[in-house]
Amino acid sequence: MKVIIIDDEPLARSIVKEYLQKHPQLELMQECGDGFEGVKAIQHHQPDLIFLDIQMPKITGFEMLELIEQPPAVIFTTAFDEFAIKAFEAHAVDYLLKPFDQQRFDKAIAKWTEQKSTTTVKATQDLLESASLSPSQSQRIVVKNGSKIKIIPVHDVFYLEAADDYVKIHTTEGYFLKNKTMTHFEQSLDGQQFVRSHRSYIVNVQQITRIDPYEKDNHVAILRSGAKVPVSRSGYGKLKEVLGL
Amino acid sequence: MSNSPLSIIKFRIIFIILWLVMMADNVMVLNFFGLPLKAAIIDSAIANTLLLLACLLVMNTLRYYLPKRKQYINIFSICLFLTIIWLLLSKWLLKISLSHYEGYTDLLYHSLSIRFSIAFLLLGCVTMISILWYNQQEQKENDERKTDAEKLAKEAELFKLRQQLQPHFLFNSLNSINALIGSRPEEARKMVQQLSDFLRGTIKKEETQWVTLQEELQYLQLYLDIEKVRFGNRLATEIEVDENIKQLKLPALLLQPLVENAIKFGLYDTTGDTVIKLFALKDDNNLVIKVENPFDPETSSPKLGTGFGLKSVQRRLYLLFARTDLLTTEAKGNIFITIVKIPQVSDTSKGV
Repeated sequence: MKVIIIDDEPLARSIVKEYLQKHPQLELMQECGDGFEGVKAIQHHQPDLIFLDIQMPKITGFEMLELIEQPPAVIFTTAFDEFAIKAFEAHAVDYLLKPFDQQRFDKAIAKWTEQKSTTTVKATQDLLESASLSPSQSQRIVVKNGSKIKIIPVHDVFYLEAADDYVKIHTTEGYFLKNKTMTHFEQSLDGQQFVRSHRSYIVNVQQITRIDPYEKDNHVAILRSGAKVPVSRSGYGKLKEVLGL
Repeated sequence: MSNSPLSIIKFRIIFIILWLVMMADNVMVLNFFGLPLKAAIIDSAIANTLLLLACLLVMNTLRYYLPKRKQYINIFSICLFLTIIWLLLSKWLLKISLSHYEGYTDLLYHSLSIRFSIAFLLLGCVTMISILWYNQQEQKENDERKTDAEKLAKEAELFKLRQQLQPHFLFNSLNSINALIGSRPEEARKMVQQLSDFLRGTIKKEETQWVTLQEELQYLQLYLDIEKVRFGNRLATEIEVDENIKQLKLPALLLQPLVENAIKFGLYDTTGDTVIKLFALKDDNNLVIKVENPFDPETSSPKLGTGFGLKSVQRRLYLLFARTDLLTTEAKGNIFITIVKIPQVSDTSKGV
């Protein structure tokens, strides 16, 4: 069985490594100091299990998992993050609170060994969905662009557009795709800044220069970039409310 | 605005029952004085319905306008005025509808004074009960507001305590110690000592206390040593302070949050090695402290990145000096700079 440790503190990695010695069936493939390395290492080694810290440089553990199509089983390790702990408890995902001892560590491994047969992908996805509602994650969107990871601050986003199973994120630097639903973004982004103007569109109200009538009952929002975003009748109501008209 | 007593169903039922009893009583009395039953019922219905309307008017008015203490003369005159209106109105209506009964006009004129006193008493009672009721409601609302305010204050206090304890820092440090115990017990012991000294410093110092830059730097060093063990080679620090300004004073526990903010910002916004620089100098009558950390201008705007730590420093400086220009930040390329000016007051023992 292949294992990867992802944590930005070297000593935090070393304690996991030490506890792993009692489990010779688990082979440590790599240690990573941040989420970028983590994504690469997971793609390269295809591990069965990862130990993952939440607070890490640039992207959090949650954001890193979002970038992986088939995430492996995860045991989260964190010191103190009320939000994350609530999410773990809500989705019955195992986590280790630092500092933890060998006994607690062994228990987590035993639990994982037992549950391994049943799929944990669903639980992980549910967890990520609720984790993405955290305040810090409403400030940016992390996407994978080919092999590169891109962090988009939300104020750089013009609008979002539904595209089959993906959402097209239109920004100052062109568009990026993310494998999420419109509802997901509607919930995780700040409702005072991003408004679902149409079934297939979410618009950044700070980018709107004007709203024109368009055909019968409909409107269209003109953005600073010149882009036009459809506004449905109910979307127009929501926009008016947020803009205080 | 408070609810009318009639918004409670129990009171509404009692109110209606009392009214019916009074009407029946009225009918019986009139009948006793020789008025035919039908006429007595009509009389009672007209007079009492009008009185009911007057009572409801009083109750509702008091809901929006509650007289202050010592304005009881006003209430008295309002009651009197309403009763007179009621009397005139009911006299006129009763005369129109019942004057064809023999002797009714006589009876009506004779009973006017009694009718007046009963109505006045009743209106007075209703008014007084309403005033008592609304006063009590207002009191209750005030109490609730007070409890809410106290609860908020308590929560703020707890939040502050929790911030002081810095759980994230504390648990991660304990985790590092845990790792060191196995491999390098000597270092573990040293870190326990540093962590203890650091925590003791946090607890011991009052926020209003002034300390010398030298003391504050020693305290900061404890913090930096712990952070360096946690983050290993990723974190390096450079501190440049002239010997001759080490005796200048500053509010206690001001430096560490600044550096903590810089470390968090630097370490979590970049993936490479992070160098935190600290300079202190004297400018006019100010102690000026500059803290620099790297950041990624592409993904974070410094305005957003200033974070909680700086906000609390800003707040403290405002409380101490009533100035908002003492903490400034700027970004130069990928370096974020935080500058704090601390005016040197001649008598700092009082803590301004």
